[in-house]
Amino acid sequence: MDYRWDFSAVLVNRALLLEGLQNTLILGTTCLALGLFFGLFVGAARYSANRWLHDPASVFVEVFRNTPVLVQIMWFFFAFPIIAPFQINAFTAATLGLTLNTVAFSSEIYRAGLQSIARGQWEAGKALGMTYWQQMRRVILPQAIRRMLPAFMNRAVELFKMTSLASVIAYGELMHKAKVISTIAFNPIEMYTAVALIFFAILFPATVLVRRFETSRNVRS
Amino acid sequence: MSPVLRLEGLHKSFDNLEVLKGIDLEVARGEVVVLLGASGSGKSTMLRCINFMEMPTAGRIHFDGDLVGRERNGRVQYKEEELTRLRARVGMVFQQFNLFPHMTALQNVMEGPRTVLRCDARECQRRGETYLNKVGLGWKANDYPARLSGGQQQRVAIARALAMEPEIMLFDEATSALDPELVGEVLETMKGLAEEGKTMLIVTHELGFAYTVADRVLFLSEGRILEQGTPSEVLTYPKQQGTKNFLRGHGTFRLPEPQID
Ligand SMILES: Nc1ncnc2c1ncn2[C@@H]1O[C@H](COP(=O)(O)OP(=O)(O)OP(=O)(O)O)[C@@H](O)[C@H]1O
Ligand SMILES: [Mg+2]
Repeated sequence: MDYRWDFSAVLVNRALLLEGLQNTLILGTTCLALGLFFGLFVGAARYSANRWLHDPASVFVEVFRNTPVLVQIMWFFFAFPIIAPFQINAFTAATLGLTLNTVAFSSEIYRAGLQSIARGQWEAGKALGMTYWQQMRRVILPQAIRRMLPAFMNRAVELFKMTSLASVIAYGELMHKAKVISTIAFNPIEMYTAVALIFFAILFPATVLVRRFETSRNVRS
Repeated sequence: MSPVLRLEGLHKSFDNLEVLKGIDLEVARGEVVVLLGASGSGKSTMLRCINFMEMPTAGRIHFDGDLVGRERNGRVQYKEEELTRLRARVGMVFQQFNLFPHMTALQNVMEGPRTVLRCDARECQRRGETYLNKVGLGWKANDYPARLSGGQQQRVAIARALAMEPEIMLFDEATSALDPELVGEVLETMKGLAEEGKTMLIVTHELGFAYTVADRVLFLSEGRILEQGTPSEVLTYPKQQGTKNFLRGHGTFRLPEPQID
């Protein structure tokens, strides 16, 4: 192997890469926030005994769990605009795909978390005169979320990795910037190495944190 | 004065199983009523219908003389908002305590006034402290339920129900999940409430407690009130064969009065 590594193009283009990273973070954070928010409602519907809530929610979850994210993103970019009466840019398409995917997965985490709380907790809230959402907000969620936190953090890590898929529809996140720069500078090896290192530098500490959190929880309980 | 609670022809079925077959009952203000019956006779179901944790299949429930729900073509229809408001006026104590584990004892007691009654911070604090002191646990205010004994947890649960200042308290076997040595403190707390004039409807297997504290004892059998009267009438001189069998079962192993000085 006499390949001579040359990272100069990476350094020269660091402003572009930084912009890409910024876009990655924007996309990831947006999808995470929206996904967790709407996931609660889908999860509550999946948990519900009412089949008019339960069945549509289940169909939604199964569709998004059993199709590749890459296909979802492409679909929202190329196919969705044909049935929807409005223009869709790369960011919107990527956000739709990744958010709905996060909704589907986080709703399962919520549902499992809700199921782990004893019925008596709901009953105690109800007997005090709480409405359904008061029981949820004051009694059930504070307990359930503690149990769900590690799963959510794992999901967040997955999501940030998936944002790189948005490069296929030319959304200017880190991966796409790298692709653009490498075709001009002819240095795909260094470029993608740099991208991998950047992702690793951000996500590795996060996973360590999750693991530490999980073990400290296991020790306590 | 109208009774706090009046049940008229209360029926409850689960699918094909008819558990309550027409219960008529009035509970006067300040009255302590104990409900006895064999396992599976429907005692819990009856309590849970009263605060609409279960929906009655038929019959009417009146609070303070007002019918709960609206009657149309002989059937009573209920609105969820009305039931929610009604539950706030009825205190319930469960066999399994069901304290909120993520809240301290004080926060548990303050939760109803805070979330349901929307009392201001000072009033929540006042009620929390008042009722926690009433059950003798003011000194445990900042402990989480996991750090309390079963008896203490149940007393906090009683305080939590009392903090709503309900018109009637329902107890569903409040001491059945407790170790024998912890039963006494909970019964003492309940006796204290009875002496203060709280209106109470109590399901229990503690016959001695029923005898001492009840104004009236009901015996539930096969979905109906088979017999009722003063503790002495029902517990000492039962008339119905069903009541006699039940009491005989409870008296199989009896201690002579322990000689303690
Ligand atoms: N949610 C439910 N669905 C179906 N059947 C039920 C339900 N709740 C109670 N039952 C049935 O109704 C009957 C009465 O139950 P209930 O719990 O009211 O009895 P109980 O008198 O409180 O008994 P115990 O002394 O064991 O607590 C039982 O046969 C029980 O199986
Ligand atoms: Mg019962």
